[in-house]
Formats: sequence, structure tokens, C-alpha cells
Amino acid sequence: MVPATHYLALAAILFAIGALGVIIRRNVITMFMCVELMLNAVNLTFITFSRFLNQVDGQIFVFFVMTVAAAEAAVGLALIVLLSRRTDTLDVDQANTMKW
Amino acid sequence: MLENYWVLILIPLFGFAINGIFGRRFSRQVIAWLSCSTVGLSFLICLLTFWEFIQLPVDKRTISRSLFTWIQSGNLVSEFSFLLDPLSMVMILVVTGVGFLIHVYSVEYMAGEEGYYRYFSYLNLFIFMMSVLVLADNYLLMFVGWEGVGLCSYLLIGYYFEKRSAGDAAKKAFIVNRIGDVGFIIGIFLIFRQFGSLEYLTVFRTVSDQFPEPTAGFGVLGAITLLLFIGATGKSAQIPLYVWLPDAMEGPTPVSALIHAATMVTAGVYMIARSAPLYTRAPETLFIVAAVGISTALLAALIATAQRDIKKVLAYSTISQLGYMFLAVGVGAFSAGIFHLMTHAFFKALLFLGSGSVILALHHEQDLMKMGGLRKYLRVTFYTMWIATLAIAGVPLFSGFFSKEEILWKAYSSPLGNGAFWFVGVLVAGLTAFYMFRLIFLVFYGADRFEEAHHESTPHSPTEPSSLIKVPFMILAFFSIVAGFVGLPKYLGTNRLEGFLAPSFRYMPEPASVEEHGHFSESHLALIAILVTFFGIAAAYQLYIRDRQITERLANRFSLLYQLIWRKFFVDEIYDWMLVRSIRGFSRKILWENIDVNVIDGLVNGTASLMQTWSHALKRIQSGYARVYATWILGGAILIFLYYYLTSF
Repeated sequence: MVPATHYLALAAILFAIGALGVIIRRNVITMFMCVELMLNAVNLTFITFSRFLNQVDGQIFVFFVMTVAAAEAAVGLALIVLLSRRTDTLDVDQANTMKW
Repeated sequence: MLENYWVLILIPLFGFAINGIFGRRFSRQVIAWLSCSTVGLSFLICLLTFWEFIQLPVDKRTISRSLFTWIQSGNLVSEFSFLLDPLSMVMILVVTGVGFLIHVYSVEYMAGEEGYYRYFSYLNLFIFMMSVLVLADNYLLMFVGWEGVGLCSYLLIGYYFEKRSAGDAAKKAFIVNRIGDVGFIIGIFLIFRQFGSLEYLTVFRTVSDQFPEPTAGFGVLGAITLLLFIGATGKSAQIPLYVWLPDAMEGPTPVSALIHAATMVTAGVYMIARSAPLYTRAPETLFIVAAVGISTALLAALIATAQRDIKKVLAYSTISQLGYMFLAVGVGAFSAGIFHLMTHAFFKALLFLGSGSVILALHHEQDLMKMGGLRKYLRVTFYTMWIATLAIAGVPLFSGFFSKEEILWKAYSSPLGNGAFWFVGVLVAGLTAFYMFRLIFLVFYGADRFEEAHHESTPHSPTEPSSLIKVPFMILAFFSIVAGFVGLPKYLGTNRLEGFLAPSFRYMPEPASVEEHGHFSESHLALIAILVTFFGIAAAYQLYIRDRQITERLANRFSLLYQLIWRKFFVDEIYDWMLVRSIRGFSRKILWENIDVNVIDGLVNGTASLMQTWSHALKRIQSGYARVYATWILGGAILIFLYYYLTSF
């Protein structure tokens, strides 16, 4: 059986990649996908602990996260579509109309 | 009436409120009726109270009445309560009586003026405040009235506020009075500290326990009395704070008559007479009071001899007569001071009303040199002003004679008096006769000089106002003659007023020597004073009727002296130069341009620029890039994680 440390390490790596992506990349779709990646890294951690502690709470929590992520994807994608229509670009640094 | 005499205070307040709030919509008749009837009603109540009051046995004539507790804080309990005793009885009679007559006179005098309701509501407020002042039974409530009448004085001097000079005069009166009031209120603080109460009777009882005999040297009593006296010099226009009163003549003439001659300016004399148990125990202060009084009397009388404005002459005359009153209280003759206060209220009010009627007849001409020959046109004014002039000059059998003689005699014979006070007092009596008859001669005798100034605007001759206005003249003239008989000198009868006032001057220390000193008898000294008075009248006659050229020649011969007197000894200029300019210079150079600009503005601006500098540095954090914020969040999360991770071992 694979030990829990492996799962957790994988989740941490995925989360770090996601976070770095959000920070470094400028393309809004990439950033969006990185956020999804972070959410799923967290989901993996939940599942791991749920399995190894024999408790169902974590799995229930994952369902919630997935639901919220789906809703977020809908809203986020709509925003991205609007942004690309308005500014004709997907670079977040160009969306600076409200900056001082 | 004796139980509820305090309602007489509230009625004018009612009139003030109604006229002040709704007066703009009322017709002039309604305003005048409302205002006069409230004061008239007050006077009526006052008379009824007086009638019952004199039927009481002498030792019951101190009636205290508390309405409610006004201030209660620790040891300080101040009741809103009134004290009716012979002293306040005399004062309230004068205030409401003369006040009522002047209200009636104002109805016609002010008929052509804007802001009729404003005038009458202020006048009612004044009567209310003055009643509070004289009927209060503690120093704090007296201070309320004291400030209240100061406010009314300010409002009424500045009645013609469109005129810059009137506004300036009002401010001057207010500011000069504030200087005195500082002394007064510190005196009140000291009284509370020393005696633990502000109520007159408690204070007087305590002081007679603490100081059974007059104190020698300058102690706490000296400080209290001197500070109270500073307040009195402001309100009653004595050296060094008299300068506001001549300027106060910018107000309407009835106001000058009521506030700046008959009632308010005598508040200082009343206050000192009221505090007699304190003052008699501080002989040093009393000497200062008497010396200031007699110097003021002399200085103002000298200035009055050369003024050209009819109201200015009367204003300086008022200051001079107030000086007499302070001389009287300063030598310990408190009832003589109150006596002169009362007679002065009648004849000075009459003189001012007469001058008002002259001014009105000449269409607001106040220069004596542009009057003359008016006796043909203004009969009633002429006769009544003659009576008032005889009274103020101290011609025998008129009221001013008795009160002035009483003061002069006491100034000579009292243990605190001396020959010098008497001598200067007689000199002032001569000067008074001179300048008053100068005024009469210039206004009513000689050629008609007013035509020169007004031949275009007034083709018809000056006329007197209607009969309504004459009633106050008659009544005041009557009292100017007879008021003196309540205080006959010893060689003619008994001094009823002194006996009446005696209960107010209890709690006095035992006098060191009851014997009156001096070599001369009262009647001999009175004779000298009468001679000096007639000499003054004769001099005025010689100069202003017989031979007008002498006046010119004298003025030319002694032009330096004449200029000095005409320019009022340059007191205003000296004050301006010494005090106003130096204070203004200090305020500008030190307080404004250094302390205000550098320290206060520096603090405020420094705070602001500190904030700005920091903000400039910190705003770089807020880049507007979501990524940067995310980095901060991540960095924070990592730090928190590290903290728990490292401390968990």
C-alpha cells in the first residue's frame, strides 16, 4: 500500500505549481486553470486524510469544493469572455482601468 | 404682594420673549403697548410691594425667596433666589419707575426708526436683567444680571448697527466691561474660597465672625474688595475703565437715559453698597475707591466743560456724578451714595430725555454750537431741563443739593474722609454747575444757530413732540425737585432714607470712633459749596450769555489747556497707544507670526506631511496587480506555517 506521505507530497507539489502559476503567469486562462489545480490539490489532501483516518467528513467536504469550483468556473469563464471582448486581450496586466 | 414680589422680574421677560419672537409681524402700536404695559405692570407690583414693605417692622424687612436650586456641585450650592431688603427695594423702585417712564418716552422717540420691535424687546430684556441684578440674593445670580445688562447695553449701543461708529462703540463697551468683569468674577471665586458661600447674608455673617474689626494691611479681604471694585470700575465707568461710556452715546437717546445714566451704570455703586460689610473691613480698598471716585469726578467734569456734543457733555457729567457716588461709598457713607444714585437717576434721565427731544426737534443735530434760542420753541423741554440742571448743579432745595451735600459732608467728616476729598468735591460741584449751565445757555439762549445748518431741510421751526412724551418729563421733573427731601441733612431735619436703608447695612464692624472729626459744621461747609456752585453758574452766564468773545479769547489764551480738555486729555489715544497697539503688536509679531504660524500650524502641517511621506512609501505595495496581492497572501501563509512548524517542537 502506498503510504499517505506520497499522496500528501503530490498534493503539496500540485498546490505549489498552481500557486506559482497564479503568481507568475499573465494569461488569464492559465491563471484560472492554476486556481483549479490548487483546488484539486486540496481535494487530494482531503481524500488522503479521509481514507487514512477512516472518516467520511473529508470526502463530503470534497463534494462541496467541487460544487463551488464548478460554480466558480462558470462565473470565471464568463468574466474571461467579457474581458476578452472588451480589451481584445487575455493579459491581466492590461485590465488596469481602475488602478490609481 | 410681598410673598410673590418676584413676578415683577418675570413680566418684562415675558414682554421680551413675545416682542422678540413675534414682534416682526406686530404693528407698532401692539409692540409699544405690550412693552410699556409689561414694565408698567412691574412698576405697579413694585409699588404695591413697597406699600406693604414699609408697613413691616424694621427688623422684618429682609425677605428672601428661593425659586429653585440653580447650581449644585459639591460645596457650591447656588439658589435661584431673590432678596428684598431696603437697599434692593430702593433700587428696584428706581429701575422699574424710571424704566417705565423711558419706555413711554421711547414710544414716540423711536417712532420713525427701523426695527421698532427689536428696540423694545431689548429694552424689556434690560429691565429683566437689571431686576435680577438688584434683587439677586447671591453673588453668582448678581453676576448673571451684571452680564445680562452688559449684553443689553451692547445690543442697544449698537442699535444703529449700519453705522460703523455705533458698531465700534458697542464693541468697545463690551470689551472694556469684560476687563472689569474678569476682576469681578475672580473676586467671586475668592469670596467662595474664603467664606464657603456666595449668598449675601451667609457671607456677611461669616465675615463678621472672622473679622470682627476692620483689618489692617492688605489681606484676603483687601484682595476680594479690590477685585470687586475692578468690576465696578468697568460697569460704572470709573478711571481707568470709563472710556466706553462717552462712546456709548452712539445708541438711541432714551437708551442713554435709561442704561447709561440712570440705572445700569449705577450697578457698581449698588454692588459696593451691597458688599458694605466686606468693604468696611478693608479700609485700604475703601481709600482706593474714594480716591478713584473723586479723581474720576474731577477728570470727567473738566472734560465736560469743553465738549461740543450735547450727549457727550451729559455722558461725562454722568461719569463725574458716578465719581461722587464712589467717593461716598469710599468714605463709608453707603446710604449717601445710594441717595445720590437715586436723585441722579431722576435728573440725569430727565436731562437725557430733554436732550433727546432737542435732538429730535433739530433732526438729529447734536452739536451745541448749532443750537441756541430753542426756549421759544421747546417750552416744556426748556422748563424741565432747567429744573434738572438746577438739581444736578446742586442749587438748594433741589434734589441734587441734598444728596451732594450729604456726600461732601461725609467726605469731610467721616473717619475715612479728609479735607482734600471735600475740597476737590466742592471744586467738581462748581465745574458741574458751570458745564451744565453752559449747556443750557448754548441750547436754549442766544441766537438761533440751527437755521444755518438746516435752512434747506427744515423751513419750519423746531417743534416739540406730542403730549404723551411730555408726561415722563413732568414726572421726572417733579421727582428731581422733591426726591431730595427723603434725606434732609441734620441741620434741617431727619435723613429718612438713611434710616430706611439701615437694615441693609448690618454686619458692620464696630466703628473705631463714632465722633465725627473736623472743625467745621455741616451747614458752614454747605454754604461754601453753594457759593462755589453759584460762582460756576455766574461764570457760565458771563462766558456764554453776556460776552461770547471772552470764550474765544480764553480758548485762545489757554489754547494748550483748551486743546487738552477738548481732546479729553488724550486718554483714548494713550490707551490706544499703550494698550491696544502693544497688545495688537504682541499678538501679531509673537502670537500670530511666531507661535501660531510656527508652532500651531507647524504641528498640524507636520502631522499632515508625515502622513503624506509615509503614504508615498506605502502606496507602492498597492500595485493593482492581483498577482502581487496573491504573492503577499502566499508569503503570509508561508510565514504563519513556518511559525507553527518551528514552534511545534
